[in-house]
Amino acid sequence: MINENLIPKIGVITDIRRDTPDVKTFRVVGTDGKKLFEHMPGQCAMVSVPGAGECMFSITSSPTNEEYMEFSIKKCGCVTSIIHSLEVGQQITVRGPYGRNFPVEGEFRGKDLLFIAGGIGLAPLRSVINYVRHYRKNYGKVVVVYGARSKDDLVDIEEIQSEWEKEPDFKVYLTIDRPQEGWDGHVGFVPAYVSELGLDPSMTAVLCGPPIMIKFTLAGLLQLGFDKSRVYTTLELRMKCGIGKCGRCNVGDKFVCKDGPVFRFDELDELPDEY
Amino acid sequence: MLKIAKEKLGGLYGEISASMPLWLPVKKAGEVNYAPYKEDAEVSLETLKTVKSPKDLFFPQSEEMMRFKTEGKNIEIIDVRTEKQPFVLFGVKGCDFRAFDVLDNVFLDEPVDTYYKERREAATVVTLACSRPEESCFCKVFGIDATAPGGDVTTWLDEKYLYWQPNTRKGEALTEKVKGLFEEGGESEVEAQREKTKEIVDKLPFSALNLSRFKPENLNELFDLPVWQSLSEACLGCGACTFVCPTCQCFDIRDFRTNDGIIRFRCWDSCMYSDFTQMAAANSRTTQMQRYRQRFMHKLVYYPARYNGVYSCVGCGRCVNKCPQHLNIVKVVKTIGGEKHD
Repeated sequence: MINENLIPKIGVITDIRRDTPDVKTFRVVGTDGKKLFEHMPGQCAMVSVPGAGECMFSITSSPTNEEYMEFSIKKCGCVTSIIHSLEVGQQITVRGPYGRNFPVEGEFRGKDLLFIAGGIGLAPLRSVINYVRHYRKNYGKVVVVYGARSKDDLVDIEEIQSEWEKEPDFKVYLTIDRPQEGWDGHVGFVPAYVSELGLDPSMTAVLCGPPIMIKFTLAGLLQLGFDKSRVYTTLELRMKCGIGKCGRCNVGDKFVCKDGPVFRFDELDELPDEY
Repeated sequence: MLKIAKEKLGGLYGEISASMPLWLPVKKAGEVNYAPYKEDAEVSLETLKTVKSPKDLFFPQSEEMMRFKTEGKNIEIIDVRTEKQPFVLFGVKGCDFRAFDVLDNVFLDEPVDTYYKERREAATVVTLACSRPEESCFCKVFGIDATAPGGDVTTWLDEKYLYWQPNTRKGEALTEKVKGLFEEGGESEVEAQREKTKEIVDKLPFSALNLSRFKPENLNELFDLPVWQSLSEACLGCGACTFVCPTCQCFDIRDFRTNDGIIRFRCWDSCMYSDFTQMAAANSRTTQMQRYRQRFMHKLVYYPARYNGVYSCVGCGRCVNKCPQHLNIVKVVKTIGGEKHD
């Protein structure tokens, strides 16, 4: 009787971490204390506070985490503002997983991987990066380039510095937009930093961040000799159903909720420029 | 084939509605729309086009999906649906019947929309052949034969009789219930009417629209045409075309607070509206030109690209009649298909 496609499950918030002035990460389990459902890196879920509305978010925790799911959510609209006001113990609703994941068990296997993120764009990449860390031997070397407006806007910086930077064959480059007291790392925008780093164009790259960052970073990568068929990104459009029926998240004949959110740039080249 | 005299139709409606709800075109406040049969209902089978299409019966304009009760930090989800009772949908024209196939492709595609599926399975659809198509009709362009529309039962109406031909097991089951009211015969009358109607259809002004340019492989070329700008200039963004359209499928999902918990409902939405694609920080279609282009590209290119070349238009012509600015899919097809329009 229950339509599992549109009727959500109840989740309980068990932990809230403030990452940046406008990003919080919410840890969620089912009412039985177990993980709500399985997913793959890059997939999304519809999270809702009944009465406020439903929104699609990428699942930021890795599927290899068997205990809970995490959502890193930036406060930027009606529903996200209400989510940010919630406390530990509050129940919410969750349905999913939705969409096409990163090909972690396909094209990514055995490859050197380059992850480039800007701001909250780290959220969907954290899932795939931690998946790759878990199955480390299945992948080549890993490079992460991550930038934000300021050092306070870097999401998950603790995990990055205490865990990622210590991995073998795993290089992390951080940057912030403008100089800031207490920051002795790189200063500058992500696209310029990527070009400066002289990265190996045989790597498989994943980009996630604001559209302007993606546009300039992609141009830089192509100049370095990267091939569009080995550069991935995730798209974000307005969604209501999550199952390719409500009709609003399409780019040409593709629905971001169902055919995406993960796309390769050679695939996006085939679609109209309307995202 | 069976037939029943027109003056006995009230008896047929009464017989069917005694065992299950019967929905058919009913005139109310000057408009004909699908409504449940009652003894005093002004049934109008002669009406060629109901104002709204019968898609409401499967995909209601507004529908409650679930309720939430909240207490402190806890939430309870209540599935409000009840088991769908069988019903008969009577008098569906060929265009509107084909539109069910178009909606099926979307709603019954995995993951299945069970709200839609439950209603679809509960229905026995009795179609009614057209005998007097009008200038705004162009179902022939989409390969629809309005003189033999199909469904569980096909019917034809002339001055004297309604002719009745069951096509499926569901149709035969319904026929079994009402058989006593019918007599045998009608093949030659139906054949004659079909021939006559086909002659009219062939002469209709839009029956020869050329769709050959609207192919998935031309997607980007068509998307980039500058002519969308001038075509869409007069569009008010009122959305009337999407609400009368039998194939428009877009919907919104919203929550509504009541004294008795929170209702989550879905309702028809329109790609013609500026907030349709609005997100907190961005909007993928900020101009009416983009929204107008989306509607027609969806019907003529995107949808066929997903579903085996089938167009998401059935040529019912409601948008031709209803658009306050006389913009419509015919104008788009004529302009982009290369034929000059006046």
